[in-house]
Amino acid sequence: MAWTRDQMAARAAKELRDGFYVNLGIGIPTLVSNFIPLGMDVQLQSENGMLGMGPFPFEGEEDADLINAGKQTITELPTTSYFASSDSFGMIRGGHIDLAILGAMEVTDRGDLANWMIPGKMVKGMGGAMDLVAGVKRVVVVMEHTAKGQPKLLRKCTLPLTGTAVIDLVITDLAVFSIDKTGGTGMTLIELADDVTLDEVKAKTEARFKVAPDLKTKAA
Amino acid sequence: MNKIFPNARSALAGILKDGMTVMAGGFGLCGIPQILIEAIRDLKVKDLTVISNNAGVDGAGLGTLLETRQIKKMISSYVGENKLFERQYLSGELELEFNPQGTLAERIRAGGAGIPAFFTKTGVGTIIADGKELRDFDGATYVMERGLVADVSIIHAYKGDTEGNLVYRKTARNFNPMMASAGKVTVAEIEHLVAAGDIDPDAIHTPGIFVQRVVHAPNAAKLIEQRTTRPRNAA
Repeated sequence: MAWTRDQMAARAAKELRDGFYVNLGIGIPTLVSNFIPLGMDVQLQSENGMLGMGPFPFEGEEDADLINAGKQTITELPTTSYFASSDSFGMIRGGHIDLAILGAMEVTDRGDLANWMIPGKMVKGMGGAMDLVAGVKRVVVVMEHTAKGQPKLLRKCTLPLTGTAVIDLVITDLAVFSIDKTGGTGMTLIELADDVTLDEVKAKTEARFKVAPDLKTKAA
Repeated sequence: MNKIFPNARSALAGILKDGMTVMAGGFGLCGIPQILIEAIRDLKVKDLTVISNNAGVDGAGLGTLLETRQIKKMISSYVGENKLFERQYLSGELELEFNPQGTLAERIRAGGAGIPAFFTKTGVGTIIADGKELRDFDGATYVMERGLVADVSIIHAYKGDTEGNLVYRKTARNFNPMMASAGKVTVAEIEHLVAAGDIDPDAIHTPGIFVQRVVHAPNAAKLIEQRTTRPRNAA
C-alpha cells in the first residue's frame, strides 16, 4: 500500500540527525516536526526570521507577532532566536542550514526541481524556495508520486525551474530515490513503500532510475 | 531635530509623489505598517512601485492599496494570499517582478549599505537569471543581482525612542530593518514611544540614523492570517 502523508513525513524524519538545523516547507514537510525522535536535538528554522520554532500555541495564546513562514501562529522555545530576513537568508545561502525538506510539482533524475509556478494559472511566487535549494547542504523532496495520474518524476521539467541539480533525495507515497546531483550517476531507487512493486513504480515514473542492489520494502 | 509626528498622515505629508518607489516592511500581515499604508491610501498618490515581500490580503496590508489601484508595480517574493492581486496581474493591470525571498532581502540590505550589485547562487539556471550577468567563482556559477533603494520606506516597530532608535518584536522584525536602511526617507510606526535613553543601547535593532520620521501608533490592529492552535490536553 502507498504511504499516507504521515508515513511520508515519518520517512523524511529519518533524514534528521542530532544537532541539525532544519528548514521545513509547507504541506507534508511541516508534518515532519511531529516525527522528530525523542531526545534528538533538532532546531527548526523559519525563513521569516526565527530559529528554534516551537509548536502551535494553546487557544487564546496566539501572538500576531509570532508566525512561521506559512503565516501560522507558533510559539518560541528556550533555544529560540529572532533575526531579520537578510540574516535568515544569510544562514540559508551561506550553507549553515543542514537540511531542507520541501514539496515539489516536478523533479528530474538529475535533481532539477519545479515547485513555484504554473504559467498562466497560478501566480504565487517562489518565496524562499530558490534560496533554500541553492544554499542548504542537503535537500529532500516529499511529494505524491503522481499528479492526476501523471508522473511527477520526469526526464525534464515542464514547469519553470526552482533550481537545477539541487535535490538529494525524493520521498513519494510509493518509493524513495537518491539523486547524485553533483556526480553523474543519476537517480537510484533505494526503497519501496509497503506492498508497492517495482513494476508499479516503473509504470508511474518517467525519469530514468537505477535500482539499488539492496532495494527493500520498508515500513515507514 | 524632532522626528516624532502626531499621526500617520502628517508623517507622510510632503514626501509622497505619484510614480515613486515605496518599500513596505512585513511578512504576510506580521510586522506590516498598517496605519502608514492607510495614510498612503488617504493621500491618494498613484502609480506606485511597491517593494514588499508579500502583497497583503484582500482588505488588509497592501491589499488596501490594490483595492484603490494606487499600485502600478509590485516587487515581491510571494503573493499567493491575495485574490485581487491575482486578478489585477492576470488582466495586465498590475506589473509584477518576482524575486527569490533571500535575493529580495539581500538586494534591500545591499541598497541600504551602498552596494550596487552582488553575486548569488540563488536562481542560477532558472528564469530569474534570464538576462542577468553570470560569473563563476571557485567552480560555481553565480548571478548578479542589483541593490535596491526606495524613495520612501514605511516600516513597523514594537518600540522606538525620540531619536528614532527601534526595537522589533519576535518575527515582526523580518524585512523592516533592511528597509529602514534602504529608504531615502524612512517612516516608522511604533507601538510604544519612549524617551531617548530608555532603550538599552545594546538592545537597539535599528539605529536612529536610518529613521527620519516616527509616528506613535499604540492601537494599530495586528491581524493573524492563519490562526493555528493545539489543544490544552496535548502531551
